[in-house]
Amino acid sequence: MNRLNVELPGLRLKNPIMPASGCFGFGREFSQFYDLSKLGAIMIKATTLEPRFGNPTPRVAETAAGMLNAIGLQNPGLEKVIAEELPWLSQFDVPIIANVAGSVEEDYVAVARKISQAANVKALELNISCPNVKTGGIAFGTIPEVAKQLTRKVKEVSAVPVYVKLSPNVSNIVEMAQAVEAGGADGITMINTLVGMRLDIKTGKPILANLTGGLSGPAIKPIAIRMIYEVSQAVSLPIIGMGGVQSAEDVIEFLYAGASAVAVGTANLVDPLVCPAIIDDLPDVLERLGYEHIKECIGRSWQRDGQFANHRA
Amino acid sequence: MIRKELCKILSQKEIAANIYELRVKATLVDDIRAPGQFVHVRVTNGIDPLLRRPISISAYNQQTEQMTLIYRKEGRGTSLMVQLEPGMELDILGPLGNGFPIEEVSVGETALLVGGGIGVPPLYELSKQLVAKGVNVIHILGFQTKSAVFYEKEFSKNGLTFITTADGTYGRKGFVTDVIKEVSFDCLYTCGPTPMLRAIEQGFPDKRVFLSLEERMACGVGACFACVCQSGDAADTSYKKVCSDGPVFRAGEVVL
Repeated sequence: MNRLNVELPGLRLKNPIMPASGCFGFGREFSQFYDLSKLGAIMIKATTLEPRFGNPTPRVAETAAGMLNAIGLQNPGLEKVIAEELPWLSQFDVPIIANVAGSVEEDYVAVARKISQAANVKALELNISCPNVKTGGIAFGTIPEVAKQLTRKVKEVSAVPVYVKLSPNVSNIVEMAQAVEAGGADGITMINTLVGMRLDIKTGKPILANLTGGLSGPAIKPIAIRMIYEVSQAVSLPIIGMGGVQSAEDVIEFLYAGASAVAVGTANLVDPLVCPAIIDDLPDVLERLGYEHIKECIGRSWQRDGQFANHRA
Repeated sequence: MIRKELCKILSQKEIAANIYELRVKATLVDDIRAPGQFVHVRVTNGIDPLLRRPISISAYNQQTEQMTLIYRKEGRGTSLMVQLEPGMELDILGPLGNGFPIEEVSVGETALLVGGGIGVPPLYELSKQLVAKGVNVIHILGFQTKSAVFYEKEFSKNGLTFITTADGTYGRKGFVTDVIKEVSFDCLYTCGPTPMLRAIEQGFPDKRVFLSLEERMACGVGACFACVCQSGDAADTSYKKVCSDGPVFRAGEVVL
């Protein structure tokens, strides 16, 4: 019996584990380490209409239990992703979630229209929350009305369900979630990175060429958990949770908070085998905690007692 | 093939001020293809520091499946590495990147190997392999000060070796570039700080020159796009990744 399968709009996941966008490229590097068909899904690197070369270096800086990055959405552009990356990924039995980014609304719409037609793209992840690009990106992710409008426009053209990736860099994340729900989103992915900064102790200047960067890694996990806990109770959309996930226990905690599936980001950069390791560990953790199926964990943090008839803990 | 392996520590010693030589046994040594490749080391099972540390391979032996890593104790990560003792295990990812092309120099020709500071270690295996091939090698190794000098004896066994120190406390006072002018060579291999690489690249536009770069890395395998540099071909607007396209590049291939 598969204790790990989860169904979400557009996605039949054999397990709820997927690499997060930006931490996995287009999968090629990781295919050296394991069969990508093992994954629940893959969130590919953000794709923009034109190729983007990203920010100058240094692009990463380490912090306690985390890292700052300011890559700047480097990617080969829509045409190349469709011609080369997606066909290459089609050799694996795994649904692709295409992360769509842009500077203006028309860019998002153009990318979404085309990339959603690729056979292995089963959902879109609308990137309205990248903190590392000067225009667009995060602006769409901080003003509810703008996010709602963009979601609606992308929904109109997308051939597959649309998940919107929320930024934690807002004063009220519930308001943002409700806005994208009103705009017709099929799901939410959260959280993107938190804007942070590090200074060089010798020069006194920022380490990152971009000055600021997105904080990721275990350091942000409690924030992700809190935000998912809040958002999952305020909207009826499924959530793919992310933010510092490193282990099967972390995955369970995200599900408890209200996520239905979980993405692994920075941990891939430390241990390229972390996703399959988590997938292998999950059944044992479920067994230990007394769950028949992983779905029993979803939203446990805020659901009333008695809703878990199967739970024998 | 790149492997992730728990490798057994064979020995560790401080060979110069804050410079450590770590010997490990690892089956991933079988997959090393060229001197100049590197490994990515996880210095703790915990989360602080979180990322791996790229360390160059200074020597390896595929018969015994052993390799030597030389690193400088600098920050928190490398300070943890100093505590490693024989018998302990270390999580290593590798071998990574592309090394120095020894096929670019022919038997009987002269190769000049120029290293600066912690850029010196990968040149040691290169030197050994070039000598084994029948190439004459000359080394110019630059350090900050006398206490930082290491491997002079080892390099001297392979060929003529010049040492420079920035403060003049040992060898010639000055920089490696001051000595380069005095020797003739067919092919140049170098690893060290970027200003040194830049000076060398500009100094010998007509020679075969190969440079090994350093950059802050996260994944080390080419997925995260952290360690990029611009292509030297103006028509090619893409970036090269130091970890997986490099770290060794032909002069002019990337913008320093």
